[in-house]
Formats: sequence, C-alpha cells, structure tokens
Amino acid sequence: MSTEQSVIHDIGYQRYTGARLGRWYAVRSLYTHALRTCFGLGRSVKAKIFPWFVVGIVVIVAAVVTAVRSQIGEVVLTYPAFSDSVSFLLLLFCAAVAPELVSRDLRTGVLPLYFSRPLTRSDYALAKLAALITAVWLVLAAPLLLMFIGGAFNLDGLRPVWDEFLDFLPGLAYAAIYAVVFSTVSLLVASLASRRAVAAAVVVATFLVTTPVVGVLGIAGGDAQYLAFIASPFTLVQGIGVWAFEIESFDIGQYGPTYGLAAAFLAGICTLLLVARYRKVAQ
Amino acid sequence: MTWLEGVTYGGQVTLIATESLTKRYGGGVTALADLTVGVEPVIIGLVGANGAGKTTLIKILLGLLAPTSGRVAVLGLDPAVEPEQVRARVGYMPEHDCLPPDLSAAEFVTHMGRMSGLPKTAARERASEALRHVGLYEERYRQIGGYSTGMKQRVKLAQALTHDPDLLLLDEPTNGLDPAGRDAMLTLIHRIGTEFGISVVVCSHLLGEVERICDWLVAIDGGRLLRADRVASMTTARDVLVVEVSEGTDELVTQLATLGLVATRDGHTLLVPLSTDDTYDLIIGAVADLDLPLHRLDQRRHRVAELFREEPADVH
Repeated sequence: MSTEQSVIHDIGYQRYTGARLGRWYAVRSLYTHALRTCFGLGRSVKAKIFPWFVVGIVVIVAAVVTAVRSQIGEVVLTYPAFSDSVSFLLLLFCAAVAPELVSRDLRTGVLPLYFSRPLTRSDYALAKLAALITAVWLVLAAPLLLMFIGGAFNLDGLRPVWDEFLDFLPGLAYAAIYAVVFSTVSLLVASLASRRAVAAAVVVATFLVTTPVVGVLGIAGGDAQYLAFIASPFTLVQGIGVWAFEIESFDIGQYGPTYGLAAAFLAGICTLLLVARYRKVAQ
Repeated sequence: MTWLEGVTYGGQVTLIATESLTKRYGGGVTALADLTVGVEPVIIGLVGANGAGKTTLIKILLGLLAPTSGRVAVLGLDPAVEPEQVRARVGYMPEHDCLPPDLSAAEFVTHMGRMSGLPKTAARERASEALRHVGLYEERYRQIGGYSTGMKQRVKLAQALTHDPDLLLLDEPTNGLDPAGRDAMLTLIHRIGTEFGISVVVCSHLLGEVERICDWLVAIDGGRLLRADRVASMTTARDVLVVEVSEGTDELVTQLATLGLVATRDGHTLLVPLSTDDTYDLIIGAVADLDLPLHRLDQRRHRVAELFREEPADVH
C-alpha cells in the first residue's frame, strides 16, 4: 500500500451518477445517527460514559429483582412498577442525552447546513425526538426483557410463560409512555439552551421544581388532592400507572382518564412547541 | 413556469432568475426591493456591502425564506414550490462557523452527504473525494476542532460539494483567511467552476476579490440591483495603458494628440485607451522622440469597481 501511495493519480472530478434517495432517506439517516448519538456510539469514550452508566444501573436493578424473584419464588416488582422505580435514572439519562442531541447543533451553528438540504426544519426536530423516545424506551425495555427471560426460565410449561408474557407487554407499553412524556419535555427544554451543561441543568430543574407543586396542591384537600399529581411529569406518568397498570401508589380517585389525557396533552404540546422552536431557530 | 422559459439568455439555460423579487422582514426592514436579474453559468460574483441583501437572496434561492413578492427560479425550479428538489441539487456554504469540533472532517462530510440523500457507501466515498479536491485528504481523519481557519473553510466547501450539486452557493468563502489562503480558496472556486462543471455563486463584499474569477457579476446595494452583466462585456474595449514619465507630461499629451491618441491625466500618470496593437509602439515612439524618462508603461484593465461607479444603477 505504501509504495502505491507514493504516486498520486489525479483522476479529476467525477460527477455523481448514483442514486439520490431524497428527503425520507435523509430523515431516516438522521434518526439512526441521533439514536447512535444517544448511546455515544461513533463518539468519544467520554460521550459513552453517562448513557451506559444509566443502562448499567437499570440492568443491575433488573438482574437483582430477577434473582430475588427466583429465590423467594414471588414477584417483588411488576413490569410496570419497575419503570416507576427507575424513573429518576430516566430523568438523568434524558438530561444527559437531550442536550447532546440538540444543544450541540445549536452551539456549533450546523443547523443551516441541515436546512439547506432536502429535509425540513420539522423533519429535523421530529427525527431527533423520535430517536430520544426510542432511546429512553430501549433503556427500559432492555432490563424488562431481562426480567422476562429470567422469570420465564423459572416457570414450567407454556401456559405460565404465556401469562408471564401477557404481564410483560403492559410493562413495555408503560415504558413507552414514560419514553414519550420524558423525551418530549426534555428535548423541548434542551432545544432552548445552546450550552450542554446549562441545558442538562434546566432539564433536571424542570422535572424537579414541579415536585413541590404536587405537595402543595396535595394538601389542598377535596378533588384537588386527587389531581395534584398531574403537576409533575414523574407523578403524572405514575398516575397513569395507578389508573391503567394496577400499580399501587398514591390515590387518584376517579380521575384516571384525566391523567391519560393530561399526559397526551403534555406530550402533544411539547412536540408542537419543539416544531415551532425549529421554525424560528437559525433563520 | 412559463415565465422561466422566457428568461433565457443567449440561448443558454438561466441558472438563476428573479423577477421583481422583494423581501421585507417584520419591523419594516426591506432586504430586497424589486430585484430582477437573470444569470447564466458558470461563476457568478454576487457583490454588495454588508447588509446589501446577499444572504437574504441566497436564503430565498434555497427556499429557506419566502419572498414577500416577486418570483424566483433556480435551475429552472421555483424554490418556494419545490424546495426539496432545489436543495437536493444545490450546495450551500454559509458565512459563519458551522462545524462540530469533535468530529473528524471525514465523518462530518459523510454525514452531510447522507443528509443530501447519498446512500451510505457513496456518501463515504464522495466525502473522501470532496475532501481530496479541497486539499484535505491527508488530514481528513483529524478532529475539526484542531483545524486552522483555512482548513475549516475547506471543510465547509467540501460539505457543500460532497453530493455533487449543480449549483454551489458560497457566502463569503474567503472570510477570515489570510491573503495566501484567499488566493488558494479563489483558485479552488475557479477550478470548481471551470473543471468540475458546477456553477458557482460567490458572495463577497470585496469586489476586487471575486472579479478575478467570475464570468458574471451581480452587484446589489440596499436590496436593489446596481448592475448585472458578464465580466467580459464590462471590461472589453475598456483596457487602458498607463504611462508615467518623470517630467514633460504635458509635452507628451500634446505629442500623443498629434498621433491621434487621447491621453487623460490621472495624477502623475497618463491614461491612454488601448485601441489597437499599435498604441504601444506609438507611445514608445512619442516618449523616445521627446527623450523623456519613462517610468512605467503597462496595461490596466478597467477595474470593475470603476465601472460600477461610472454607470450606477443603469439596469434598474
């Protein structure tokens, strides 16, 4: 190779005659690229530390839960309840990854290069959002799958395994709700700050400042105490868990569907605001 | 689309055409006012002072901004109607910094190629090619953060070139470069236009810089067109000889007048229109006859800048 490199053949400029795959291909590529970025793949070791730290912990929690279950022979943590127990780690994951996805691009000024290509501003925002939702879901789905496999090994016969599988599916669905709510909120917040550290701090702050609000509303009494948990993303999703996934936690009275609607509304409005944000940015 | 077919110049395809193009921003700022211009390949210089509306025009050409009124066509397409098709065939190099410092040039340009619709393998190959053409082949696996300003400008050019566009829009490509870097960048742009078969629009606030490499010049000021024409038609038959003698300038003027040459004084020098090949000999003869010490006799092209001064706003 070295001998061949010593001669430089200038073959001139070659026009490209191959396929041009257009906008949807670009959007898919951006999604894949962003999903890899979430886990620091194709990036420096430094970028891998945090995501894999979170993944490591949730997997260890799942492994411990599975081991305990196989020892004492009863379910210590249901699949949906597992997501609740690691929700704070999800917040840390979002706080680390969302700025990595959007704040970097804001800071380096690379956005005009994207927008001068076939994909649109909304495509960019939605591809990044889809990637974050997928990443958060995977962070939950991997340990859930581990729990399912571990649990299924301790069961005899197909019937119990099938029942176990039917317990497992709501766990994945609940994980998806967590992923959508947490990702939309944190990506919107992160897209407002171009410094990664600031963005991460603001994401954490957004989730944490709402927690005392729940406490204040909770002591109001009347129906307000049932609705108080809507005020924070953590307890908002947990409210859906109480309502639809039979998790035993706080009392939401008859307001279960309200929690579902509130979560859908929050995710929807954050997505709209994110798209609106990218209509204005880097003009 | 019919008006597009009407605006061809000299039988060639019109690269960019605008008709009464106007852009007003909120707050009453008029960036472009009633701009009508048509240019054909290959290298077009878009000159104007900072704030003249160059960047606004580029953004309208890319379909990133909608004009307030008027029409525009790029490569025969309307960017307001088919922005995706236009942007797939156009490469854009912005003026400001736009590079992530922690990626290698090869990775970054490959990613940008995929964003333009190139399949994975092709994107990687084209990125290497583009970086080779801008002269960054050896350094392409180094992180961009460690590059000099000149190298960064080349990466910006490479990412605009990687998907083999039909038209390159370069916004102040020589920004922040030292004189040698400017020359290298201009030579590269000239090569892209002449050898690669890609049309180029070069935006600059420095007329003297782009006039060297451009076939066409479009000058705008305050969003209005000052002049748009071929560089050749602006400079031909306008070449002058500069004569400088240390004494006896007046006698020389009289002597040249008897030979039928109209010399005009310009400070210490005389300007004589270069009408035929004999003009040189006539001047040298006249200087020799008067036995004057000749300091300088050379040909000077009319600086395009002077043309813009002499004939302001003749294409409104």
